[in-house]
Amino acid sequence: MSSISLAERRQAMGFCIYCWLGLASLVVVVWASFAYLSLDPMRLFTAESRGYMGDFVRRFFPPDFSADYLQRIGKGALETLAISAIGTLIAAAAGLLLALPASGRFGGVAKSLTRFLLNFLRSVPELVWAALMVLAAGLGPFAGTLALALHTTGVLGRLFAESLENAPREPALALVESGAPATLVFVYGTLPLVTPQLIAYSLYRWEMNIRMATILGFVGAGGLGQMLYYELSLLHEAQASSVIMAMLALVVVVDAVSAWVRRGQIRAGG
Amino acid sequence: MMSALPSALPPTAPLRDPAALSRAGWTLAALLVLWPLLHIAQFRPGDLFDARNLKVMGNFVGQFFPPNTSPEFLGFAFKATLETLAMATAGIALAMLLAVPLGLALSHSLSISRIGPGPGRGLGEVIRAATRFVLLVLRGIPEIVWALLLVRAFGLGPAAGVLAVAVTYGGMLGKVYSEILESGDTRPARALLESGSGRLMAFFYGLLPGSAQELASYTVYRWECAVRASVIMGFVGAGGLGQLMDQSMKMLNGGEVSSILIIFLLLVLLADAISVAIRRLLA
Repeated sequence: MSSISLAERRQAMGFCIYCWLGLASLVVVVWASFAYLSLDPMRLFTAESRGYMGDFVRRFFPPDFSADYLQRIGKGALETLAISAIGTLIAAAAGLLLALPASGRFGGVAKSLTRFLLNFLRSVPELVWAALMVLAAGLGPFAGTLALALHTTGVLGRLFAESLENAPREPALALVESGAPATLVFVYGTLPLVTPQLIAYSLYRWEMNIRMATILGFVGAGGLGQMLYYELSLLHEAQASSVIMAMLALVVVVDAVSAWVRRGQIRAGG
Repeated sequence: MMSALPSALPPTAPLRDPAALSRAGWTLAALLVLWPLLHIAQFRPGDLFDARNLKVMGNFVGQFFPPNTSPEFLGFAFKATLETLAMATAGIALAMLLAVPLGLALSHSLSISRIGPGPGRGLGEVIRAATRFVLLVLRGIPEIVWALLLVRAFGLGPAAGVLAVAVTYGGMLGKVYSEILESGDTRPARALLESGSGRLMAFFYGLLPGSAQELASYTVYRWECAVRASVIMGFVGAGGLGQLMDQSMKMLNGGEVSSILIIFLLLVLLADAISVAIRRLLA
């Protein structure tokens, strides 16, 4: 140990002034954040707040597992699934329609206009769309469906446009040269080449939308989220905790199914 | 070639799509599944054109232009934006405090009992399974649900948002940290463990040098996600820009909502730029 010089040690530790400066500024930024919010993380660990938290958590147990309530949760979960499925399906259809101009099939002006529209749809978060759609369509799952459809159209439209742009042109050209009309050229020459990719993208977004649909209810857009919000406002903690468990179970099941499907695809060489 | 193809077919063969039957079958099956789903989702496009809804929405959206740019409101919005950024930063800092021990406990590359069939292997697997379950619950419940619960425990304001980010992102970071530690070169750590070093020393000298860059850049990426999540969490009362937007929406103040939306888009671009810049520096 003593035969190693200080300089060698420094080198071995990878000492550099910029790393330390970076770490120091990071510490300052984190400290400033806590200070700006006037939060003291240490206060969380006092005996008083521990006791308070314990009481708060205890109110959620035992969860309400009565058959009657489980049935209502099942209905809520089904509503969540329906919202996500219909929302994604509308988005896939609208996304494909918008992807046609966005991939430059109708000229440069149409391309930049639709790209702007898709970017706008995509950058407004689902929950904000849901709050707006509750105003436009009233409380309930329909508002949630519309919100998911709007946001997902932006995401899928862009992805679809990229797949269309990258699809090989030879089959379409062959059809054009043999005199097929433009619609049929697209349907038989381009669409079959990109369909697997479009379906993969849509399924992936559906998976994300199931998760999102569970929380859209917080602004009144139906599904499990609306149930949770309602039970918590009535201080029905036992019911709320069963809804939360249902949400968790839904997420875990969706994760497992998607991992299983993906493994199957890899094994099939897809 | 062109003339050879038709002559191979009988002259009366109708031109038909060979896949038509299966396509029609799948479409029919899809419609049969879809019909009850439409019913459950209460799919009634007519509601959009309901006179009352049209009026509310028309008035509201009409106010979007021009956006509210009064200095007083912009001052509020600026404070809320800083609050959102601070929530994300403080939340990720706490999330790391949670994720590092859990990630280290979960990682197989720091397991001494795995090197040989030593004592404590069963206990190690039990601890790992428990850690994995805790991380699953932390990240499986969406951050906004945590925020909604924590608002009830800590009252309205950013404290609930910070803790919600800490809990959810602690779960995500812990899982990914352990995966990063297992995916890199684990031989140095193993050599250290085999020659009798402790787990922490094996981590600092055997694993960290090789994976520090990846760990840091993933954390920065999650910070960027936390900024977006912090805005959303305001909708359940956890402070920041989202809470301001929720208030403006409830008052149907279109001008304020459109300003906040613009600020939100700029904030997301800014967080994205910061995250890309830091990750490029790290690379």
